Amino acid sequence: MTESGMTDLGMTDTGTRRAVRAFSPARVYAMVLRYVYLLRGSWPRILELIYWPTIQMIIWGFTSQFMATNSSWVGQAFGVLLGAVLLWDVFFRGQLGVSISFLEELWSRNLGHLFVSPLRPLEWAVSLLVMSFIRVMIAMLPAALLAIPMFGYSVFTLGLPLAAFVANLLVASWAVGMAIGAMLLLNGLGAEGLAWLAVFILSPVSAVYYPVSVLPGWLQVVAFALPTSHVFEGMRKVMFDHVFSWSEMAWATGLNVVYMALGAAFFLWAFHRARIRGSILQTGE
Amino acid sequence: MPTVESLQGHEGSPEWARSERVLSAVCSCRLAKHRASCHIHSVSDPVILVENLVKRFGASTAVDGVSFVVPRGRTTALLGGNGAGKTTTISMLLGLLLPTSGSIRVLGEDMLRHRHRVLSRMNFSSPYVDLPHRLTVRENLMIYARLYGVDRPTRRVAAIMGDLQIGEFANRPSGRLSAGQKTRVALAKALLNEPEVLLLDEPTASLDPDTADWVRSYLEAYQRRTGASILLASHNMAEVERLCSDVVMMRQGRIVDQGAPAELVERYGRADLEGVFLAIARRSEAVPA
Repeated sequence: MTESGMTDLGMTDTGTRRAVRAFSPARVYAMVLRYVYLLRGSWPRILELIYWPTIQMIIWGFTSQFMATNSSWVGQAFGVLLGAVLLWDVFFRGQLGVSISFLEELWSRNLGHLFVSPLRPLEWAVSLLVMSFIRVMIAMLPAALLAIPMFGYSVFTLGLPLAAFVANLLVASWAVGMAIGAMLLLNGLGAEGLAWLAVFILSPVSAVYYPVSVLPGWLQVVAFALPTSHVFEGMRKVMFDHVFSWSEMAWATGLNVVYMALGAAFFLWAFHRARIRGSILQTGE
Repeated sequence: MPTVESLQGHEGSPEWARSERVLSAVCSCRLAKHRASCHIHSVSDPVILVENLVKRFGASTAVDGVSFVVPRGRTTALLGGNGAGKTTTISMLLGLLLPTSGSIRVLGEDMLRHRHRVLSRMNFSSPYVDLPHRLTVRENLMIYARLYGVDRPTRRVAAIMGDLQIGEFANRPSGRLSAGQKTRVALAKALLNEPEVLLLDEPTASLDPDTADWVRSYLEAYQRRTGASILLASHNMAEVERLCSDVVMMRQGRIVDQGAPAELVERYGRADLEGVFLAIARRSEAVPA
């Protein structure tokens, strides 16, 4: 200790690394740690993550049991509805994972501190995606595992295609999450409702519970422009026809690349606009 | 950034021209013999160099052609009434807000183009920007230590918590701290990376006199030890007189005067800096004696 009561550690021992790297995994890790600390410190948040996917799975499990004996379509593949509901929740929870972590910064009025630090917007965005993945795993694994003893259905029987479906749905959810983050940067907490509601506009045209062919012609065009509809079509082909459709996966992946690039560009543009308008300091509860 | 004195003999170079332009904008000295005794022109090695800074929000102009320098190793106050443009200016210095026009150089770097080159050497504290309420003090400091790339963050966080006497509530959520405790935690966050440039927005706002005095003493000791440069926005004139060697007075987005506190007091014929502040704020009286 010095006379002033300060610990004289000296810059060479403990001071900052003068790193000015364009992208730092260490800063991404710091932000992930920030959201993990938040989750870890609040059991209601963890419970809330698990609660809805599990309730959904139970409702649709019983519905599937009933329909398996009353619907020849469901009867051909018992898990078609349960698989759909679990995968849709991957998409929904993935987007929420990005948006809620984003909202945490607005609620705590922390953006001012974050962006006078060396943190870059892209690093923050990547940390939001990592958190989205973590939150989806926390939310979905208990529901998927519980479906096995309750209904004798394992979504894991989809095999390797399941990984492709989940990956594509996660990326699609991140693109939506980035776009919602951009809207929040531009409009502040006035746009908070978007975080909870935005994905539902995509639900009817994503053909989650029915094939795209049941949609009117013009809506089919919209549906096929979405990566989600290709994933759910692909899932049904695995379950009904026992084939993995490479073309559906190629479409989903290609569209995801486009939407993710658009989402990221919108997010970075909104961040730039927020710096012009001064809204980084003005967002809060 | 070379010193103004060291640039003598290099007249005409871009660095010389930039420093000379700003110093000329903020000081009316024209003759070399006056410059020798002028505190502005005695500025050596400006750490912050602000030139013709303008910020407009639609039709409203928040900052209107501001130029000033912050010398290395000294504390400069940015003063003005509410709405004078202090927070907007500090936000632009930090890169949170993009100016409409003008330039900002911090530690020799253009903040509009290369702010990431110097952000790890700066830090900031304000009672109006919170740390996440639900995270504990220790968790918040650990995160910021990592964001600033501090070596051995656990050890550094423990050291700064000891220095600022916040160990006893290190595991308490930041949202459950008293105003004084929050200020100490905010200061700890601002000093985690041992910044060369520290921007403080009302560092002792809402603190009792004892805690406020403790914070001022700590800042003085920190500056003595590290040679840091501090830009301080405050409404406490006694604090400014104690801590600051230079004062920049703002009103309606413009700099209306600047100088050493004693110099301003003498120029306006007032008893103290508060009198100067009031004279400038009540514009009709703002005529130097």
